[in-house]
Amino acid sequence: MSDLRELYQQVILDHNKNPRNFHDMPDATNRVDGYNPLCGDHYTIFLKRAGDTIEEVSFTGSGCAISKASASVMSSTVKGKSKEEADRLFETFHALVTGDQSGLSAADLGRLAAFSGVSEFPARVKCATLAWHTLRSALEGKDEKVSTE
Amino acid sequence: MSVIEATRVQYDVGKIRNDFPILSRDVRGKRLVYLDNAATTQKPRQVIDRLVRYYTEENSNVHRGVHYLSELATMEYENARGVVQQFINAASVKEIVFTRGTTESINLVAQTWGRTHVGAGDEVLISAIEHHSNIVPWQMLAQEKGANVRVIPVNDEGELLIDEYERMLNPRVKIVAVGHASNALGTINPLRRIIEAAHANGSLVLVDGAQGAPHIGIDVQALGCDFYAFSGHKVYGPTGIGVLWGRESLLEAMPPWQGGGDMILSVSFEKTTYNALPYKFEAGTPNIEGVVGLAAALQYVSAIGLDAIAAYEHDLEQYATRRLREIEGLRFIGTAREKASVISFVLEGVHPHDIGTILDQEGIAIRTGHHCAQPLMMRFNVPATGRASFGLYNTREEADALVAGLHKVIEVFR
Repeated sequence: MSDLRELYQQVILDHNKNPRNFHDMPDATNRVDGYNPLCGDHYTIFLKRAGDTIEEVSFTGSGCAISKASASVMSSTVKGKSKEEADRLFETFHALVTGDQSGLSAADLGRLAAFSGVSEFPARVKCATLAWHTLRSALEGKDEKVSTE
Repeated sequence: MSVIEATRVQYDVGKIRNDFPILSRDVRGKRLVYLDNAATTQKPRQVIDRLVRYYTEENSNVHRGVHYLSELATMEYENARGVVQQFINAASVKEIVFTRGTTESINLVAQTWGRTHVGAGDEVLISAIEHHSNIVPWQMLAQEKGANVRVIPVNDEGELLIDEYERMLNPRVKIVAVGHASNALGTINPLRRIIEAAHANGSLVLVDGAQGAPHIGIDVQALGCDFYAFSGHKVYGPTGIGVLWGRESLLEAMPPWQGGGDMILSVSFEKTTYNALPYKFEAGTPNIEGVVGLAAALQYVSAIGLDAIAAYEHDLEQYATRRLREIEGLRFIGTAREKASVISFVLEGVHPHDIGTILDQEGIAIRTGHHCAQPLMMRFNVPATGRASFGLYNTREEADALVAGLHKVIEVFR
């Protein structure tokens, strides 16, 4: 069970059960759909941007605990950040879940650290990064569907 | 003792398991419990040894050389066609076309028979529980020809609505393409009735037998269908080999599909004469080891007997269903009266993907996702399901392991 407990940490289970910012946003400045065709997970990410600042983030959709918790934690983490800061957070997160954890400090990670167990489950990396890929696309002003495949 | 109980006693699953080397390996420190047989089956020693023997003693190209090995390989290849003919009780070996699998078989029919006989405004009927492989080839054909693909609905149990189907039949329906058994739900379709009604309407019937071949004895002449497609790897044979059976008169009249070697009688730059059946549809050097491996697999299951396998698997499916009912919050998707040994389910509050990961830690392999049947998932209003599919070597103990594993899932998510 130890690997499992690493994967399904309390933070993840909590965000899965009670996702934050889990609603649509009629006055969003950007909205992008993200989809994983292999497992059927799909989310819509909504952004409200003011200048370079991400003022509001929300999301809707459904998927596994990892993907939903990741979208939830992401939405609270990037709120108030600039695009550049969000990009850096994504790089940090990506390194964390793909197992390249050498250069990462607890301070960089904050709540993202809850996803450290994902690196032991390569098949689940796509679940963890789906919302982030979708966010990146939204930040680049694209209005298209993002697919993990 | 009931007939089913008697069958269970006679059926020596321990001996069968010994034929499958992979079943004794560990996965993540636990004994493998392989319940993903609807995706692909494991291979018995008899099939593995056959592949080794082919490459050790027989390898050569077929239908070409005059040397010893080429003649030997050709003989083994053609003998295998005879094994397939017997397995499905086809009238002639000419009706057995080797393909890469069910998907290629269906595409072959859609692109040769379909392109010739389906025109603008014509209809192809498929059912709501089809695998993508029996949906997309027809959509491609329909798009090219301006035809329509119409979908026979199913009830909440996952059973085809036969009255609705009979009402959908009309002179524009050229072909009805349905699965023998559903990969996602296990539903066994009432083929006899489907075929009778279609023929009365002047429509042909293609059966996607990918999930039929491993579980149900096939007699294409008794069924009365026009095409039957199945894959080797789902019936304990190698991947990359499958069969298209078609009525000789239909295959004869169909144009060839892929061009190349083996499918021709003579070639000049002005004119090419095509080879006779079944070679007309087997362009290029075929998957020879796949063909001989498939024959070994069909001989293996035939020796146990499809009736015995079906009875054993049915009993196991009923047992597993009973045990799974104990789990609070578990809901079955697909509860047809006639069912192959496939159990699809959802667990309240836990996504199937998470179930799959946690069971995997216990060494238990099930499939989670949409099972290449996305329209079906929409019909049942679920994004995905967990699917445990049982094969001829699975046991009650493995069903118990699945139940114990699901209790662990609930523990993690509580």
